[in-house]
Amino acid sequence: MKERSKTYLNPYLGGFLLGMLLLATFYVTGRGLGASGAIKNTVVATMSELSPQHLQESEYLGRFSEGGQHPLQTWLVYEVLGVMVGAFLSGALAERLKWKVEHSPKITSRKRILFAMAGGLLFGIGSQFARGCTSGAALSGSAALGLSGYITMLSIFGSAYLFAWFFRKLWI
Amino acid sequence: MGPLIPSGYIDPGWSFVIAFIVGIFFGFILESSGFSSSRKIIGLFYGYDFTVLKVFFTATITAMVGLLYFNYLEWIDLSLVYFPPTFVYSSIVGGVIMGLGFIMGGYCPGTGACALGIGKLDALFFVIGLYLGIFLFSEAFPLVEKLYTSKALGDVRVNEALGISSGLFAFLFIIAALAAFVLASWIQKRVKPVDY
Repeated sequence: MKERSKTYLNPYLGGFLLGMLLLATFYVTGRGLGASGAIKNTVVATMSELSPQHLQESEYLGRFSEGGQHPLQTWLVYEVLGVMVGAFLSGALAERLKWKVEHSPKITSRKRILFAMAGGLLFGIGSQFARGCTSGAALSGSAALGLSGYITMLSIFGSAYLFAWFFRKLWI
Repeated sequence: MGPLIPSGYIDPGWSFVIAFIVGIFFGFILESSGFSSSRKIIGLFYGYDFTVLKVFFTATITAMVGLLYFNYLEWIDLSLVYFPPTFVYSSIVGGVIMGLGFIMGGYCPGTGACALGIGKLDALFFVIGLYLGIFLFSEAFPLVEKLYTSKALGDVRVNEALGISSGLFAFLFIIAALAAFVLASWIQKRVKPVDY
């Protein structure tokens, strides 16, 4: 018998539900789902607290701070807070709530954390170039038939396959 | 009549409430599909777990076909549905950097937030990395601005770029996805299982 903690939704059912949610989101808001934008707003918010002048002079982040509203008052920030709550609820129901560093037995927690942070840093940079991440650009963009979504999707997954060989010892 | 908020059927004051509810469903579906585990996600690239492929393509197809039907039935005005504008080189460069980040970090921003929600500490450091990466990009922006804005094609749709109708594109995309599902099962049976 399978352990309860390993029972996940059938992936096609999960995909269908995610697709219906994405469709409903498009229908109500005219935009899709996202994630990296919320972190960008958090960077804007920190900068506007610590050094508003630097933010004003910043050619990139400065453009996301106009409008007079607090930088955290954005759609994506509320959505990503919801993601954490939703994940928590699902994890609680499936008994998967646990503080832990998940890693292959062949590497240490420390190594896993270093690579997680480096990977996050790269993902942060890449998502700005592509104007969105796997959620906003690849998934939502592709579903709305945007060309950029397909370019981003193929570049992310295609290059990850190419890089996979070099990082195999982290995972298998 | 849709999309409802841009067309004025729902007051924009509800936006944040809707965002939070959408997020809860998003996080719940991601977590129950197994996207709170980096080792499960990364199975896609070593052939031992294709959950990401199945979820991602099924979701894309469902939403895409839904949008096309909604448009056909005049429930939604597709011209009001947002997607990011196309800047060819910037998207490719960004995608490749994200691909490297994906294989090193094991998450993407959405799944990182999801994993953090159930207590994964590696996801916490992934999210800290995201934060630093976006800050670095902003600081270095003057150096990369030319690349960021080069080869701008505007709001172009994939079927327009290929010179076919949206319906035909969706049909071909579904065929490709079905082929990928079959291929994935075939590969998975031949790859040494990984215990995670």
